[in-house]
Amino acid sequence: MPFIPNTDADRKAMLSTIGVDSVEELFSDIPEKRRFPELKLPEGLSEPELLKELEKMSAKNLTADRAAWFLGAGAYNHFVPSVVPALASRGEFLTAYTPYQPEVSQGTLQSIFEYQSMAAELLGMAVVNASHYDGATALAEAIIMALKNDPGRTEILLPCDMHPEFKEVVATYLAAHQAVINEYSGSPSTAPVSSKTACLVASYPTFSGEIYPLEDGARLAHDAGALFIVQADPLLCAILKSPGAQGADIVTAEGQCLGNSMNFGGPYLGMMGATATFMRKIPGRIVGETKDKEGKRGYVLTLSAREQHIRREKAVSNICSNQGLVMLQACIYMAAMGKNGMKTVAGLCHDKAHYAAEQIGLIPGYKIRTRTFFKEFLVSTPVPAETIFDRLAKRKVVPGLPLSRYDAARPNELLVCVTEMNTRAEIDSLVQLLKEVAQ
Amino acid sequence: MSIDPRAHYAASHEYARPEGDMLVIGISDHAQAELGDIVFVELPQEGKAIGKGQTFGTVESVKAASDLYMPVGGKVTAVNTALQADPALVNREPYEGGWMIKILPSDKKELDQLLDAKSYGATIGEE
Amino acid sequence: MNTTQEPLIFELSGEGRVGCALPKSDVPHYQLPAGLERDALDLPQVDELTVVRHYSRLSQKNYSIDTNFYPLGSCTMKYNPKVNETAAGLPGWRLSHPLAGEKYSQGSLELIYKLQASLAEIGGFKAVSLQPAAGAHGEFSGVLMIRKYLLDRGEAKRTKMLIPDSAHGTNPASCAMAGFETQTIPSGPDGNIDMKALKAALDDRVAGIMITNPNTLGLFEKKIEKIAAMVHKAGGLVYGDGANMNALVGVFKPGEAGIDVMHFNLHKTFSTPHGGGGPGAGMIAAGKTLAPYLPGPVAVKNRGQYGLQMPDRSIGRVKSFLGNFGVLVRAYAYILMQGKDGLRRIAENSVLNANYLKASLEHAYVVKYPHTCMHEFVAMGDVAPGIHTLDIAKRLIDYGFHPPTIYFPLIVPEALMIEPTETESKETLDAFVEAMLAIAREAVEQPQLLHDAPVTTPVGRLDEVQAARYPVLRYKA
Repeated sequence: MPFIPNTDADRKAMLSTIGVDSVEELFSDIPEKRRFPELKLPEGLSEPELLKELEKMSAKNLTADRAAWFLGAGAYNHFVPSVVPALASRGEFLTAYTPYQPEVSQGTLQSIFEYQSMAAELLGMAVVNASHYDGATALAEAIIMALKNDPGRTEILLPCDMHPEFKEVVATYLAAHQAVINEYSGSPSTAPVSSKTACLVASYPTFSGEIYPLEDGARLAHDAGALFIVQADPLLCAILKSPGAQGADIVTAEGQCLGNSMNFGGPYLGMMGATATFMRKIPGRIVGETKDKEGKRGYVLTLSAREQHIRREKAVSNICSNQGLVMLQACIYMAAMGKNGMKTVAGLCHDKAHYAAEQIGLIPGYKIRTRTFFKEFLVSTPVPAETIFDRLAKRKVVPGLPLSRYDAARPNELLVCVTEMNTRAEIDSLVQLLKEVAQ
Repeated sequence: MSIDPRAHYAASHEYARPEGDMLVIGISDHAQAELGDIVFVELPQEGKAIGKGQTFGTVESVKAASDLYMPVGGKVTAVNTALQADPALVNREPYEGGWMIKILPSDKKELDQLLDAKSYGATIGEE
Repeated sequence: MNTTQEPLIFELSGEGRVGCALPKSDVPHYQLPAGLERDALDLPQVDELTVVRHYSRLSQKNYSIDTNFYPLGSCTMKYNPKVNETAAGLPGWRLSHPLAGEKYSQGSLELIYKLQASLAEIGGFKAVSLQPAAGAHGEFSGVLMIRKYLLDRGEAKRTKMLIPDSAHGTNPASCAMAGFETQTIPSGPDGNIDMKALKAALDDRVAGIMITNPNTLGLFEKKIEKIAAMVHKAGGLVYGDGANMNALVGVFKPGEAGIDVMHFNLHKTFSTPHGGGGPGAGMIAAGKTLAPYLPGPVAVKNRGQYGLQMPDRSIGRVKSFLGNFGVLVRAYAYILMQGKDGLRRIAENSVLNANYLKASLEHAYVVKYPHTCMHEFVAMGDVAPGIHTLDIAKRLIDYGFHPPTIYFPLIVPEALMIEPTETESKETLDAFVEAMLAIAREAVEQPQLLHDAPVTTPVGRLDEVQAARYPVLRYKA
């Protein structure tokens, strides 16, 4: 009986206080024929048995510590400094609830405020909330904000070149809305906005890594009376102009790259920021600064009138539990990296990716398809990308994402990602293997 | 609890007080007391036409939020911008500095469908 | 608890400092895109030890399960086993990529497949999707499934969802996001759904009902099977909110009692940590009617190989990649350790602990619905004139206990919703009872102690009106 302290003697004393003879009696409200069914599950394991079992299972995965890793596509192999998990896994953070009682939650609350402040600076926004489930759901909720902002407008403009899973999540979230999702290709500045457009969405960068300047797209959207939403890579914002500085009304981002492991896709960090205009319309929890009776500075959850527990069916969203601990990891990561570290990491990604693209571009049969990029770029391959993946994986190099996994009509395209984790030697070996596989 | 004798009241606690051709609209002293400390009032754009019974804004306290309903339909001719900087005006002086919008009513007869001060007082348990 | 004032990280900043040693570049430098280079980046600049001390000190300003009894009703703040963290931290999970491909992800897919199967068995359901990231996310997925099923049957007119007044708070907002309007069904004097009111609400516009069982009064809905039959007969579906499943694991299978679709909060019943607000996991289970509509992809097994598949009529993706995978590892580890018999012990001991607290407190704090409770019960905090539940809650903090959930459910005025969980010892429960009884006496004899509480914390009661009226939401130098 792991994790249950009470003994039979304790239980006996407690039952006598309650005034019943057996624990079973406490369940007499449950229909008798349904009570205490048999569970077809194995017997419980001890701690060492459990760890052995899970170690064995987890070893069946191919992982980034056992290969040169060039696969990104929304989940990135960045360095996680030791301080990040060491501090975030402190029991006082890990096992606390949502900070509804501010006097005994100042640790969580102040950390959220610090995260909001650093993330707002990075994204160029007036306000950032305390997280969504991931980048895709943050984007979906931002789009719903735009639809609510002007109920007369029903069109959503998404870039064709956006992560396919983000598009799918947006479609699911909008199932019950009278909205039409249309896609545009190329730069957001050429998107076909109209008086029906609720929001123009831009990816910064796009799925294939392309970076388009955003200012013209923002102007275009605003001239048409639409909102301009940018789905960004937050790390890129450390060295390139933030979406906010280029006119975005709402910015969403996948924040996994800020101090979180890849974890097979979750838990990740949905980031959302907005201009001051939308301060009281943004979903999710928000922390604000205030004072106690003696004038001491403190932090509280605020602007709660937007949320489900108060506004019920009229709430801006149903979100309650969020990704608090992942947000804390991002907070500690940004603090530890700071201004200089963030710029250094982003610069390393940029330079190494460009070195890799340059070298791959020199191999006969390969062509770099992305023009302006940060850490990820698309490559046309002379043989099917899936074949390349299998052959290189055997040599402990994971070369990128074969696009055929999302679109069978694109067999010869590989999305390559390079981060600060990739050494020049790894890049050179990727190039060598790509050369070999083409012959 | 004070009740402005010159105003007419909706069951949802908004008042409409004639002022020349216009009506001044806000919420009653009883309503502000029920809500508690008001932290934010969201009001419509000037010039917007809104029908009787439709929402024209929201009022928020720390632990509650309420929609505001038009007691009489009409076109919004003025919005109390002072509430942005000082939403507590609605708590302190709901009938004076805490008014919300002024409207040009589309049908003045709608005013007759509202409660007068005395009947409203009875509904909230005051004489 | 650390009560000294801790500066903001920005206030600890010193020009030129970095808190992490990074590698030097081994490639040439390449020009950034013209015209897009960023100028200022006002992030803090601190050394590593400063980061460590700052966040360590901040952590000491929290109550947590690891440091304090945390009897929050409907939140199931049970012990989060440390082995879960070790299990989730294994490099085979941590460094695995969601798009590595099925062939290279057999370990992760096996875990997802086996957890799906375990939860289906525990709940009595046909199929499970682990995609939803939280309870409310599971609710949203579930009501979208109901919506799509009804549309497939040409029943677009069914737009009304029934929600008992004892249900969880997120239900109405989840319904609204899925395009449903909601109708509240009142509770009867016994704290169960008022059957007459339910019958009257069952017209041809009903899409379904969302039932929290046990409900937020901590009571089991005794007529659950009859309710399900009535709703089905009227053409609707039954959604089960499994946030309170800690009372029922190994005791009752909702899927066998007429529930069509249900979410479980893995961060409650299955012991994964709350993390100061998340991440959770809100897996969703369905019986045969709605199983084809589950969000996907889900893990499947073919000829010994694990793979991913979208259910036939899936509502689609509700999240990128594969749920909150790291949370799923913890929940699976917990189920493996408990095994077939351990799960029932969880429910038994959580219900025993709750009834013990109830029996020990109800002479001092009125329990409006005094029937035998399940894993939690609702008392009232107005024990003396001028004393409110908030005062009781804040005074408990001075005694070293996290307050219960307060002012919820809304149907009990001055509600104190208390859930001890099975992982607390009799000694801890007795200490809590002693504190509660002492506070009830103070409420009469020294009420000012309650009004001034808490006094042992880093800050006193904070001005929430000021925070919401003039919001300060980010640091400004």
